[in-house]
Amino acid sequence: MPHPLERRVLFRHVDEPGYTPDLDCYLRNGGYETLKKAVTRAPADLIEEVKKSGLRGRGGAGFPTGVKWSLVDRKSGKPIYLIVNCDESEPGTFKDRYLVHQDPHQLIEGIMITCFANNVKQAYIYIRGEFPHGARILEKAIAEARAKNFVGPNILGTGYSCEIYVHRGAGAYICGEETGLIESIEGKRPYPRIKPPFFPAVLGLYQCPTIVNNVETLCHVRHIVEMGGEAYAKVGTPNNSGTRLIGVSGLVQRPGYYEIESGKITLGQLLHDICGGPLPGRTFKAIIPGGSSAKILRWGETFKIKQKDGSTVEWSVADIPMDFDSFAACGTMGGSGGVIVMDDSVSMVEALANVIAFYAHESCGQCTPCREGSQWIKKITARMVHGEARTEDAPLLKSIADQICGRTVCPMGESSAWPTQSYVAKFQDEFTQYEQIKKTRPAGAPKLI
Amino acid sequence: MTQPAKTDLITVNIDGREIAVPKGTNMIEAARMLGIDIPHYCYHPKLSVSGNCRMCLIEMGTPAFDRATREPIMDPATGKQKIGWIPKPQIACFTNASPGLHVRTDTPLIRECREGVTEFLLVNHPLDCPICDQAGECKLQEQATQHGRGYSRFIEEKNVKPKRTAIGPRVTLDAERCVLCSRCIRFCKEVAKDDVLGFTDRGSFTTISCYPGRQLDNNYSLNTVDVCPVGALTSTDFRFQMRVWFLKQTNSIDTESSVGANTVVWSREGVIYRITPRRNDEVNDTWMADSGRLLYKQVRAENRLTVARIAGQVAAEAEAIKAAADLLKAGDAVLVASGRSTVEEQFLAKRLAELVKAPVSLVARIAQGDKLLVSADRNPNVRGALVTKLIAQLPKPQLTELGAQIDADHVRTILSLGEDLAEAGLTPAQLAKVKIVYLGTHANATSDAAHVVIPALTVFEKDGTFINQQFRVQKFAAAVPGPAGVSGDLSALAQLIAAAGGITPPSTVDAVWALLAAEVPALAGLSYRTLPETGRVIDHAEWAALPFPEGETLHYTPHRSA
Repeated sequence: MPHPLERRVLFRHVDEPGYTPDLDCYLRNGGYETLKKAVTRAPADLIEEVKKSGLRGRGGAGFPTGVKWSLVDRKSGKPIYLIVNCDESEPGTFKDRYLVHQDPHQLIEGIMITCFANNVKQAYIYIRGEFPHGARILEKAIAEARAKNFVGPNILGTGYSCEIYVHRGAGAYICGEETGLIESIEGKRPYPRIKPPFFPAVLGLYQCPTIVNNVETLCHVRHIVEMGGEAYAKVGTPNNSGTRLIGVSGLVQRPGYYEIESGKITLGQLLHDICGGPLPGRTFKAIIPGGSSAKILRWGETFKIKQKDGSTVEWSVADIPMDFDSFAACGTMGGSGGVIVMDDSVSMVEALANVIAFYAHESCGQCTPCREGSQWIKKITARMVHGEARTEDAPLLKSIADQICGRTVCPMGESSAWPTQSYVAKFQDEFTQYEQIKKTRPAGAPKLI
Repeated sequence: MTQPAKTDLITVNIDGREIAVPKGTNMIEAARMLGIDIPHYCYHPKLSVSGNCRMCLIEMGTPAFDRATREPIMDPATGKQKIGWIPKPQIACFTNASPGLHVRTDTPLIRECREGVTEFLLVNHPLDCPICDQAGECKLQEQATQHGRGYSRFIEEKNVKPKRTAIGPRVTLDAERCVLCSRCIRFCKEVAKDDVLGFTDRGSFTTISCYPGRQLDNNYSLNTVDVCPVGALTSTDFRFQMRVWFLKQTNSIDTESSVGANTVVWSREGVIYRITPRRNDEVNDTWMADSGRLLYKQVRAENRLTVARIAGQVAAEAEAIKAAADLLKAGDAVLVASGRSTVEEQFLAKRLAELVKAPVSLVARIAQGDKLLVSADRNPNVRGALVTKLIAQLPKPQLTELGAQIDADHVRTILSLGEDLAEAGLTPAQLAKVKIVYLGTHANATSDAAHVVIPALTVFEKDGTFINQQFRVQKFAAAVPGPAGVSGDLSALAQLIAAAGGITPPSTVDAVWALLAAEVPALAGLSYRTLPETGRVIDHAEWAALPFPEGETLHYTPHRSA
């Protein structure tokens, strides 16, 4: 049963007893009715609905979806592609897989509405290689939808045709970066492209205008068109409309996936009320609010936030509303909604070593700062954990991260720089005194490396 | 090259200085025009932009406009439009000129960026400059000195990658030195059209590698060594042979075909160590074929002719010339000239032929062109023979007509200017029927059969000019001295003319050029000294209708008359 503080829209059937991912079950629950209505409307109307809804992309950057669609070059005469980013690879993020596994037709309906609205004739679902089961579910669902004429030629007798292809990745985090993903679909090494000039909206897949949207974003589109953009905009808070899928992991009583109204509950409510608070005898120490590349929040730090009316409020970490703008105001990001919780048993040096090991492993190697910087940070943190930590390591780590940040081809440079900068800045004493901390680790402390 | 029209110029501001550059010019090139060096590794003027090294970061700003009114925002202090600076540094190689673009290349942020990238490139670099062939011409070495922090903060273990790997017959890879700039990959794909290199592995462990079952064996593989900014790709031939700072550079021309790729010959104390391409945007860009790079080996080849001989006996050069002149004067002589001779030599050869009334043949060398920098005409200077009027028609590969003349006893003497008559189709019997004077560099069937042998100089040992397929006069200079006592082709021809009773012509390139400029209309106004290093295209309407064998190459499109 969902927690009373939750509001389930996308997840309304997830974990519902008796709900199956097949088409019949979806149709019994009102499935594809929205698509049937949508194809009778003018495509521009549908884009307008999404603009009115204020929907912001759920992949991590929070870019307004309607604006993204309107940036697409429609005068080039080239085909427009839709790419569904299902390369959910950010550590701590596990929302899209449940949408795919438990309600694939909701996604397909969202895709088809989006395709119709943007005159897209071919859509690709790029699903990460680690989701083989999800890929099979999607392929089966697409086949079912095609059999019922929701996908394929002459959809619902409108004369509009659109195909969906499932493209499976080979297991690389960088394929979640939209231009790396495009290169991967094109059969190349997924080196992210340089922007400008290679913005997907103009020079995307096969150098054609391309829309890249996250799985969750497209599921929202289905509900926006069903509810109407204005009604949807009333869910959540202004500029952070709709619901958000949150994946909570780490040292908390009830980790799991939840759906909340954006900005309507705070991080404290999420962790204490919905997730049941810290493990017995423990206290929270640090929270990563939006996937492991987001800057960390130290439990106990406070933020002076300027309100729109000019007044200033002071927030503790628990007071931060769960939305894009509030997290941004606190110097981090809502990102992909992957909340990672650490309690007082966790060593922040080990946590950083763990996070950076991932980003060093996943750096594609195209550009120098990310390639060499992430690996260097990994080697330093690994040495600190397994060998000897030096007092000069903390300033060195910060300096390396500063040399990466903002100087790379794609945002993955920040993925290794931001954790490093924030861990070292907010837990400096742990980094300078790690040798002592290592000797006095509490019993039962998690092994992160 | 045609100058772009004035309207195509865009004014940009670099470090406070304005410069008008053609549309599409990137900021590395624009800064270069102002004498400002923006360090870079992956950018190469003749390859696509990849933007991966991040060394060329600059600060960039554009004229500011009010968001609402679209009106320019003026700076009251200067009275000029305000510049909106982008907080993030941008790569200069992918920042093309746009109206009003402002760039800063020397700010604390940019200096810090360069220092950071340099440090990153060095952390996993083996720092083996003392044993690295690239030392002295290594971008990493130079830019680390200029932009590095001067000490290392890296105490971890370095990554281990493959060392001294033969990735092809002529190229050796040391993957640890590689900065992963992808220039070699782009060269193979874009220029050589042989997509054979790629990256394997990921992140810091990324390594250059050949595709499975392939190797880097195309005839342009050594250009990857040239474009490699570090010591990752080295020439297997040149490896460990000589420190580059000891080498003297001499501008030369590739003789393997009528393309006439511009080259640099690297030598020390009279010994050549390597040949590399020299940039000429209208001939060979920055490339040359591998096959042209090993031509220097002919200088010290075992079959090199170093002494004059008369009837097999060693003789003084003067005696050999007298003996040769006597044969030529006796009549029924034929001159087999060469498309490998220089313009000056061909000019004197023409005089000699006229003097002794010898008909002239030239040996054509035609083979498949590679559409890039080796053309179908494998003689470097057939155009020179046409321009100097040594020949009037295009040569044929075989001397069939000359053979018939010999068979008919119309020929008593053949003067061959380095051409192997046997290879050109004359039979041993025919060679035995005539007296041969051979003025050439290497022993062959013709020199073996010759009555008089006069040693000559290779292209690396003399000054001269060639006229390439574009009718571009290109000059080259002697890189190394010739064998002791060999005075050279030009001198030998001059002496032959004198000994045959003619007026002694000049025997230096400069002096011959004074005659060429005066007597050959197409060359009027030119001189060896003032000829640009990139050559000069001459008026060639007179020869436009000839059926030249060349097909399309990098900067040459054949003119076919309809």
